[in-house]
Formats: sequence, structure tokens, C-alpha cells
Amino acid sequence: MVEFWTTYGLPTAIIVAQSAAMLVSLLLIVAYLLYADRKIWAAVQLRRGPNVVGPWGLLQSFADMLKFVFKEVVIPSGANKGVFLLAPLVSTVLALSAWAVIPVNAGWVVADLNVGILYVFAISSLEVYGVIMGGWASNSKYPFLGALRSAAQMVSYEVSIGFVIITVLLCVGSLNLTDIVLAQKGEWGLLNWFWLPLFPMFVIFFISALAETNRPPFDLPEAESELVAGFMVEYSSTPYMLFMLGEYVAITLMCALMTILFLGGWLPPVDVAPFNWVPGIVWFLLKVFLLFFMFAMVKAIVPRYRYDQLMRLGWKVFLPLSLFMVVAVASVLYAFDLAP
Amino acid sequence: MVAAAFFYLFASVTVAAAFMVIASKNPVHAVLFLILAFVNSAGLFVLLGAEFLAMILIVVYVGAVAVLFLFVVMMLDVDFAELRAGFLRYLPFGGLIGIIMLIELILVLGAWTIAPGVVDVVATPAPTAADVTNTEALGRVLYTKYVYFFEAAGMILLTAMVGAIVLTLRHKEGVKRQDIGEQVARNPETSIEIKQVESGKGI
Repeated sequence: MVEFWTTYGLPTAIIVAQSAAMLVSLLLIVAYLLYADRKIWAAVQLRRGPNVVGPWGLLQSFADMLKFVFKEVVIPSGANKGVFLLAPLVSTVLALSAWAVIPVNAGWVVADLNVGILYVFAISSLEVYGVIMGGWASNSKYPFLGALRSAAQMVSYEVSIGFVIITVLLCVGSLNLTDIVLAQKGEWGLLNWFWLPLFPMFVIFFISALAETNRPPFDLPEAESELVAGFMVEYSSTPYMLFMLGEYVAITLMCALMTILFLGGWLPPVDVAPFNWVPGIVWFLLKVFLLFFMFAMVKAIVPRYRYDQLMRLGWKVFLPLSLFMVVAVASVLYAFDLAP
Repeated sequence: MVAAAFFYLFASVTVAAAFMVIASKNPVHAVLFLILAFVNSAGLFVLLGAEFLAMILIVVYVGAVAVLFLFVVMMLDVDFAELRAGFLRYLPFGGLIGIIMLIELILVLGAWTIAPGVVDVVATPAPTAADVTNTEALGRVLYTKYVYFFEAAGMILLTAMVGAIVLTLRHKEGVKRQDIGEQVARNPETSIEIKQVESGKGI
């Protein structure tokens, strides 16, 4: 019996504690990213943004959460009840579960998988189900149209995201996220990170990540000028909050993934005295915040794409370009014998 | 012991979900159960130590193929009562096909022989899981021993893709199309005409 507890009980307890720590800090960060998103958006439009709840409005996200939780859940009478309530859960749980393999510092990772990057890719390709199920189960035309758009859009942009990941993998020689970060370590600091040699892929990944997470300018599934609120029309209170939470966690995940693939994860930008005293987690968070700031600015500045232009960009521009880059990177690595 | 418990969990959920695929009345529910079966099979692959295959199963089948399945099934207005109406009429024919397939399966399994090379392959020491990751091990055999099969599979997929495009692509005459290059190349000189309009008169 004692042996059972030491072989299974203790590791399980450690994993549960690690996951809980990860989730709590992640949700806190997401609450403030949401606040930051609204503040940045407001600043671009010369407004003040949320500034009433708490000092400078810092508690706005928590007030919103309480408001959503205490409202009544309205389920349309024609809705498919089970799938209707399952959809927001699917989108939130999937977005959160991808964080299990994200290394935020050297060795700070809940599950150090050999196929970490594939796991993240698989989870992010599953996130479309929350949208499709929600749109279909609402039994209403705008949510349904939103779901159809979302299905086509996310499948299209996943292809180029996959090819971008392959180019990075060619340079690293491993699917482990920690190895990907360590492969970018070198004496040149931030010039060693993959954003420089793979700059076109960094741009493609950034734009595809916008499309994959349904962020403006690619928020066609919830385009309010055409579809009211897309797949979320019939949702209210806690299920709506879960959809929004899932969306923002997925956006943060994409920022973290870009940090790991292109911006050197937790590595300091210059490996000299004052910079490498700073703990890695701080660098990681700073990079994630920088990328999130770019996401927020894009949302504030760029107008929404038309649907056919979105499809054209995905299939006729990004797919050939990323396919060509896979061949080009592989040839360069082979010709100069740089492959790991 | 824990692995066995997880095996029974994944296996029983897979079987139950697969049963629900054919038993559920709503086609969308059927596809959702199919997805559940796929995800649980991926769990079984992970238990076998084939984590690469598990992830690929989820990326390809759940992330792409099943999405398109769901996409099509959602748009079909399938009335199951109408389909059930012809059930008894088609039962003998369907049963016949089922029996033929069963007999074929039995014949194939009965004539199963072990390839002569297998004994040597099993006898050679396999690299331990700690030295070679799943992905590397697969890559080594896929691009050396089975490279022709791999290329042939690629050619078949390419043919299918070209065929699908040829079947659906139609060039209609007299339809206004957008030429993105032309739109981007527009400048004020070619697209704006400035006219002085006197007050009280049109152009």
C-alpha cells in the first residue's frame, strides 16, 4: 500500500499541484491581458477605456466575470441542449489543456513531451469544434453561418501554420518545445533567435495565428456587421464567458507559441551581466506581452477582411509561400551541412 | 496497473462511441461520437508509446477530416424517418453484402501467413525508446526502406486532388472577376478624374 502511494500517489499530487499553479497564474494573466486589450484599443481610439472598477479600472475583468456568472443561462427552445452547453466547455478546456506542454522557463513545464509542438498543433486544430458545435446547436441562422465560416477559415490557416512549424523543426531537429528554445541559444543573443533567419515565416505565422484565433481582421465568424455576433448570438452568461475565456486563452497560447518558436522562449536578448540575472520567466512573459500588444494593435488598426479575400490569402498566398520556404530551408540546410 | 486501467477506460469509451456512431438518431451527434472514438484511439496509441501516431491521428483525422465531415453533415437536411421507411425493403440486399464482406474477411484472415523476412526483423535488436524518438524511428524506415510506397501514396493523393479540382472547376464566361494585382496597381492618375463643376450645372 505504501509503495502504491509513493509510485502513483505522490507524482499525481505533484502533477495536480503544478497544473493548478499553471492554471491559476494563466487565468490571472489572461484577466489582465483582457484589460490591457481594452485599454490599448481605447487608447488608439482616444478613449479612456475601463477606469471605474478598482484603481485605474484594474479590477474590471473580475467584475465582468462576476456579472457573467450571476446572470441567468438562457437556452433557446429550439436548441440542441447537450451540444449547446458542451460547446463553450470544449473551447475553454481545449485552450487551457494546450498549456500543459508550454515551457515558461528552463525545466518549468508540466509535461515535457517529445512531441510537444505536435500536441499544441493538435489541440489548436481541435479548437474549431467549440465554434462549430456552438453554431450548429443554437439552431439559428446567424450562428450557423458563423460556424460554417469558422470551419473553413480555421482549416485553411492550419495548413500554413503546419508548414511554418515544419521549417522551424528543420532548423531544430526535435519536436520538443524545450529543445526548440535551446536550439536558439548562442553568443549572438537575440540575433540567434529564429525570427531573423526565418523572418518571412514569422510574419506568416503571426497573420495565420490571427486567423486561427478568430481575431480581427479575420473575425469573420463573429462579424457583427454581417452576422450580429456569429456563433455566439444565442449565448449568454457563463457559457458566453467560457467562449470569451477560451478565445483569449487561445490567443495567449499563440503568443507563447510564437515566443518559443521565433523569439527564443525564456532566453535573455543579450547574454551579458545585467540581462542574464533576470529570471527566464520574466523574459518569457515580456515577449508574450509584446506579441499580445501587437495582436491588440492589429485589432485596433486593421479593418475586417472580406471572406473571399481571406480564403485567397490563405490558399493562394500563404500556402505556396510556406511550401516554397519548407523546400528552400531544407535545401539550404542540406547544401551547407547545417542540419542538426 | 494504472496503464491497464487507462487502457480499459480508453478502449471501452472507443467501443461505446463507435456503437453510438451507428446508433444515434441525429447525424451530427453521430459525427461527434466519431470524433470521440478518434480521440480515444489516440489515447490508446499513447499507451502503446506511439505518441507521434497519436498526435498525427488527432491533427489529420479529428482536426481536418472530421471537421469537413461535420461541415457537410450539418448542411444536409437528413430526415431519418424517411430513411427508416425503406429499411425492410433493403434489408435482404444489405444483409447479403454484409455476409459477403464477412466471408471475405474470414478468407483473408484464414490465409494469413507470416512474411519470411519478419523473423530476421524481429531478431535484430530494436533501438531503445530512450535513444531514438518515435518521430526519428518512423522517419528512418519511411524514407529508406518504404520510400517507394511513400512516394506512391503521395502520387495517389496528388492524382485525387487534381481530379477533384478538374471535376469542380468551371470557367464561366461573362462573369465579373476580381484581379487583385490590377486592383493593387491602381493609382490616383488612372482612377480619379477631376472636373470643375460650375454651380447650378451638372457634369
